Amino acid sequence: MSGSVLFDAPGPRTVARHRLYTVLTVLGVLAALVGLVFFLDSEGELAYAKWEQFVTPKYVEVILVDGLLKTLQMAFTSIIFAVVFGVIFGVGKLSDHRPVRWACALVVEFFRAVPVLLLMVFIFFTWGVGGGFGPYWSVVLALTLYNGSVLAEVFRAGVLAVPKGQSEAAYAIGMRKTQVMTLVLLPQAVKIMLPAIISQCVVALKDTSLGYYIIAPGLTYIGKAMWTEFPGTHLQTAIVLALLYISVNLVLTFIATWIQKRFVGERKQLEVGMTALTAPTSTTP
Amino acid sequence: MEDVFSNFDLVLKAFWLTVQLAFLSGVAAMLLGTLLAAMRVGPVAVLRGVASTYVTLVRNTPLLVMCVFVFVASPNLGLFVDTPFLLKGTIAISLYTAPFVAEAIRSGINAVPVGQAEAARAIGMTFAQNMRHVVLPQAFRATVPPLASTLIAMTKNTSVVAVFGLTEATARMRDFVNDNADDTIAIFLVFALGYIILVELISLAALGLERHWKAAR
Repeated sequence: MSGSVLFDAPGPRTVARHRLYTVLTVLGVLAALVGLVFFLDSEGELAYAKWEQFVTPKYVEVILVDGLLKTLQMAFTSIIFAVVFGVIFGVGKLSDHRPVRWACALVVEFFRAVPVLLLMVFIFFTWGVGGGFGPYWSVVLALTLYNGSVLAEVFRAGVLAVPKGQSEAAYAIGMRKTQVMTLVLLPQAVKIMLPAIISQCVVALKDTSLGYYIIAPGLTYIGKAMWTEFPGTHLQTAIVLALLYISVNLVLTFIATWIQKRFVGERKQLEVGMTALTAPTSTTP
Repeated sequence: MEDVFSNFDLVLKAFWLTVQLAFLSGVAAMLLGTLLAAMRVGPVAVLRGVASTYVTLVRNTPLLVMCVFVFVASPNLGLFVDTPFLLKGTIAISLYTAPFVAEAIRSGINAVPVGQAEAARAIGMTFAQNMRHVVLPQAFRATVPPLASTLIAMTKNTSVVAVFGLTEATARMRDFVNDNADDTIAIFLVFALGYIILVELISLAALGLERHWKAAR
C-alpha cells in the first residue's frame, strides 16, 4: 500500500484499526470545523456585513493595487538587489585573498544573525525618517541586506557544487581566474541556484509584512486601514490577508519546484544554514 | 550612547524578555512540531493530510499575520482577552514555528538509514515502537543541525511581537533610536550584538550536542 519502511503493508486488523483512526480523525476535524463555524456565527463574524468590503470592487482594487502589488514590488525589488549583493559577497567569500574573504564573511554573517525587523527599524530611523528615503525603501534595503546575505551563501554553495573538473579544464586551457568564474562557474551555478532564489522570494514576500512596524505600504498596511475603516473586522481582514499571502507563496513554490525538475533534475535544492556553524536546512522560517 | 549605557538595565530586561519568549516558544514549537512530524510520516492518510495542510498553510503565512490573528483578531471573539502578552507572543511564535520544526524532524527521520527501520520492523516492532525506540532517537541526532537553524530563525523572529506591544529587544531599540536620532548606529550595534550572542550560543550548543552524540554512536 504505502512505500514507507516505517510500517508493513497492514493486515486486516491493522487496516480496521487505521480505518477507525481515519473515522475518528475525520469526525474530530469535522467537529472542530463545525464548532468553529458555530462559534464564529454566534459571535456574528460570518455576517455578510462584515465581509462585504472584500467583494466591493472599490476596496478589492485597493487591496490588490495598493496592497498586493506594493508588497510584490517590494519583495521583487529587494530580491533583485539581493541577487546582486549575493553574487558580490558570495564570490567575495571564495576570493583567494584572505582579507577580502574575511571581510565578506563578516558582512554576510552579521546580516544573517540580526533580525530583519531590527535592521528595518534601524534603517528607517537612521536614513528613512524626515527628509530620508521613507519607509518603502527602508523595507527594501533591510530585505536586500538580509536576503542578500542568505543568497551569498547560496551562491557560494552553488559555485562549489559545480564539478571540480569544470574549473580545472578551464584553467588548463589558459583561462584567468575572472574568466573561470564568469564564463564557466557562474553560468552553471546560476542554474543550480534558481530554485533556491525563488524560494528566497517566498521569505522576502513574507518579510515585507514587517513593514507594518514602520508604516510602510503593502498588504499589512492596507489590512490595518481596512479594519480601521470597518471596525470589528480584524478577523475577516486577517483571513483575507493570510489567503493572499498563501496563494502567492504557493505559486512561487510551484514555480521553484517546476524549475527544479525542469532544469536541475534529481539533485536536492541548495540549502544553507542560519549561521556558519549550523548545517543546511530548507525550512528557514 | 550615554542614554543606552545609563539605562543598560532596560536593555538587559528587554533581552531577558527575548530569551523568555525564545525559550517558551522553542519548547512549545518542538512539542507541536514533533507531533506534526509523527503525523506526517504515520500510516493514517487522513492524519497525514491534516498535518500537511497545517504545514502548508502556516509556512506560507507571515508571522506578522499570525500575530494579527492572536493579538488583534482574537480579542474581538472574546479569546485571549486577559492572557498575558508573553503567553500570547509564545502562542503566535510557536504556532508559526511548529511546521518548520516538523520539516526539520522529518528531514531527520529521512536521514535515518533505511536498514534501521527495516530491522525494527523485522523483529516485529509496531510503528509506535519503531518510532520511539529506533527511528526518533536517531532522527533527533540527525535533526540537530536543521533544528538549530530553525530555532535560531525563531529567536530572531521573536522580534516580530515588538509590533504588538511587547517591549523586547527590538521594541526597546526602537525607543532608543527614536529618542537619540544622532546616535542610531551605535545603538543598533549594541542590540545587534545582543542578538548575535544569542544566535551564536544556540549554534555552539548545537555544535556541542552534535559532537557529544557523534562520540556516543
